[in-house]
Amino acid sequence: MAVSDKSAALATAGARERAAHYLVSRHRFRPAEALPWLLAIAAFFLFPDRMTFGNQALIMVMFALSLDLILGYAGIVSLGHAAFFGVGAYTVGLLIARLGWSEPLSSLVAAAAMAGLTGFVTGWFILRYRGLTVIMLTLATAIMLQEAGNLRSDISGGYDGLPGLVISPLFGVFDYDLYGHVNYLYVLGVLAVIFYIVRRIVYSPFGQALTGIRENVRRMNAIGSPVHRRLVTVYTISAAIAGIAGALFTQTNAYVTLTVFDFDNSAKVMVMLILGGTGRLYGAFIGAVVYMVLEDHLSKLSPTFWQFGIGLLLILAVLFAPRGLLGLAEDVVRRDRPRREARARRLVFKREDWNALTVSALDGAMIGFIAGFAVNFGQTDLMSEYITSLPGRVLVFAGFGAVIAASINVVYLALTRRVAAEDRVP
Amino acid sequence: MPQYANIAVSILFDGLAYAMFLFITSVGLSVTMGLMNFVNLAHGAFAMVGGYIVVSLTRSYGVGFIPSLIIAAVLVALISVRFERRLYRRFYRATDLEQVLLTIGLAFMAIATFTYFYGPIPKSVPLPDWLQGSVNLGFRSFPAYRVFMIAVGAALIAVLWYGFERTNIGAMIRAAVDNRRMAESIGINVDRLFTLTFALGSGLAALGGGLAIQLLGLNPNFALLYLVLFLIVVAVGGLGSLKGTLLAALVLGIIDTAGKYLLADAGGFFIYAVTVIVLLIKPAGFYGRE
Repeated sequence: MAVSDKSAALATAGARERAAHYLVSRHRFRPAEALPWLLAIAAFFLFPDRMTFGNQALIMVMFALSLDLILGYAGIVSLGHAAFFGVGAYTVGLLIARLGWSEPLSSLVAAAAMAGLTGFVTGWFILRYRGLTVIMLTLATAIMLQEAGNLRSDISGGYDGLPGLVISPLFGVFDYDLYGHVNYLYVLGVLAVIFYIVRRIVYSPFGQALTGIRENVRRMNAIGSPVHRRLVTVYTISAAIAGIAGALFTQTNAYVTLTVFDFDNSAKVMVMLILGGTGRLYGAFIGAVVYMVLEDHLSKLSPTFWQFGIGLLLILAVLFAPRGLLGLAEDVVRRDRPRREARARRLVFKREDWNALTVSALDGAMIGFIAGFAVNFGQTDLMSEYITSLPGRVLVFAGFGAVIAASINVVYLALTRRVAAEDRVP
Repeated sequence: MPQYANIAVSILFDGLAYAMFLFITSVGLSVTMGLMNFVNLAHGAFAMVGGYIVVSLTRSYGVGFIPSLIIAAVLVALISVRFERRLYRRFYRATDLEQVLLTIGLAFMAIATFTYFYGPIPKSVPLPDWLQGSVNLGFRSFPAYRVFMIAVGAALIAVLWYGFERTNIGAMIRAAVDNRRMAESIGINVDRLFTLTFALGSGLAALGGGLAIQLLGLNPNFALLYLVLFLIVVAVGGLGSLKGTLLAALVLGIIDTAGKYLLADAGGFFIYAVTVIVLLIKPAGFYGRE
C-alpha cells in the first residue's frame, strides 16, 4: 500500500515536472519555424511577376490565422468571420474615399480598432451561447453588415463598391508599384508582426486557458476561470487581426465591394484553415497557400470542377485528416511503425466488409440510375456523343455509380477499419 | 379598398405563401437536428435536387406538375436514406465543426454536379392551367399558385400535426427529442426512428424545392442561398419543435415579405435583425429546450 502510494506520488511529481517543463519550453523558437518565412522571402525573388497572387495568399494566411485563434484554440465555430474582414476592408476604403485619409499604417490601426470593436460588441452577446446558436448568430452578423452596407449604398457604394482608391506611399517614401513588389514586402512585414503577437498569445497562460475552454468548458467554469471574459477577449483580438487582413486587402487591390462580407468568404477561410490544420499556427500558412495555388490553377480550368473539388477536399479532410495537412505530415514524419504494421495486418476483407461493399455499390447504382433519367435535360450535347438512348444512359450511369461508390468504400476500408466496426452496432 | 389595406393584405398573403415554403422545407431539418443534434448543411441540397427532379420530369418526360412533386419527394427520401445510413451515421458523435464541414462539402459537390449537368441558368416548370392566372376570393383576386402553396402548406401542417401529436410514432419522436437516452432505455429504436424522420424531412425538403421553382426560381446555388433561411427558421423555432418551426416560418416569412415590399433597399436586413433579437432573448428558439 505504502509503496504504491509513494510511487504514485513520485509519478505525480514526475508528471508535474514534465508538464512544467513542457509549458516553459514549448514557446521556444524551433529552427523549422523559419522555413515558411524563408520560403515567403524566396518567393519574392523567384516569382517577381506573381507578386499580386503572393499578396492575396499572404492576406489569406493572416485571415486564416485570425480564425485559428478562435476556432483552433478557443473552439468557437464561426461561419461569419468575413464580417470582421469586411469591417477592416471598409474602414480603409471609407477613410480614403470619404475622408481622404490614405496613409497606410494609420489606416491599418483604424481598421483593427473598428473590427476589434465590432468583435467586442457582437462577441459579448454571442459568446454566451454554444453550438448552433453561435453558428447562426455569427452568420447573421456578417449578412446584417452586408445588408446594412447595401441599405446605405450612398456611403458604402453598394455592390459596385468603392473603386479606384489611391493609397499614399508607405512611410511617405515607398510608392506602390504596379507589380506589387513593395506591397508584398509590406504585407509580409505586417504578417510577421501579427504572427509574433498570435504566437505569444497562444503560448501564454491565457492561450492555455483558451485550449481548456475548447476541451472542456464545464471544467473551466468549475475551476473558476472567467470563461466568457476570455472568449470575448480572444474574439476581439481575432476580429482585429481579421480587420487588418481586410484592410490590407483593400490597400492591395485599391478597391472594395460588399462581396467581402459574403458567406463564401467566411466558408473559404474556414476551408483553408481546416485544410492546413487547426490549432497549430502554421496550419493557416499551409492551408491558405495550398488552397490559393489549387484555386489559381483549377478554377482557371473550370470553376465547376473547382467547387466540386473543394467539397471533396472538405469531406476527405474530415474523414482522413481531421488535423489537416500539417497533422498528416506529422504522422508521416513520426512513422508510427507498430501501429502502421498492425493496420496493414488487419487489412483483410471479412464477410461484413463484402456486405458493406455490395450495399454501397447498390447505393451508387441507385443514385446513378436516377441520375441517368434526370440528366436528359440540360447540356444534352455533352451526353449525346456517348449515349443517346435512355436505357443505355441509365445503365451506364448506374454502372458508374456502383463503381464509384464501391471504390470509395474500398479506399475508406483501406484507410480505416471503422466501416465494419460501426455497421455492426445496431 | 383603401391603398394601405390593399398592401397589408398583399404582404400577409405573399408572406403566408413564403412562410409555407419555409415551413415545408425546414420542418424536416428541425426534427432531425432535434433528434440527433446533427447540423445538416446539405439539407438545402436535398431541396435543390428535388427541384431539379421536378424540372426534368415535367420538361423531358411530360409528367404532370403534381405527380412530379410526389415522385421527387419519394426519390429524394430514398436517396437521403442511403446517405444517412452510409455517411451521416458515422458523424452523430462528431463535433459541430466536423458535421458542418462534412455537410457543407456535400452541398458544394451537389451544386457543382448540378451546375455541370443543368447549367447555372435558372430553370422554370410548365404549370397546369388551373395554377396559372388568379383566383378571386370574394373581396379581391390572388395569384392561383400562391393560393395553391398556402393550401398545400395548410394540408401538410394538419397531417404533420396529427402524425406528431396523435400517433404512436409521433409520440416516440417527441420522446426521443426530449430525452434520447431515456427513450432508448424504454425500448425505442432511436436509430431507426431517425432514419425514418430523416427520409421524411428530406422528402419534404424536395417537395419544398419543387414548389419553390415557380416562386423563387431554381438554380444550383439554391442549395446554399436558402440554406441560411432554413437554418434561421430552425434556430428561431427551436430544435425538434413542430410548433416552433411553424411559428418561426410565419414570423420570418411575413417580416421578410413586408421588408421587401416596404423597404426594397433593405433587402434581407429585417429577417436577420429579428433572428438576432429572438436568439439573444431565447437562445434555444421559441419552443426549444434550454
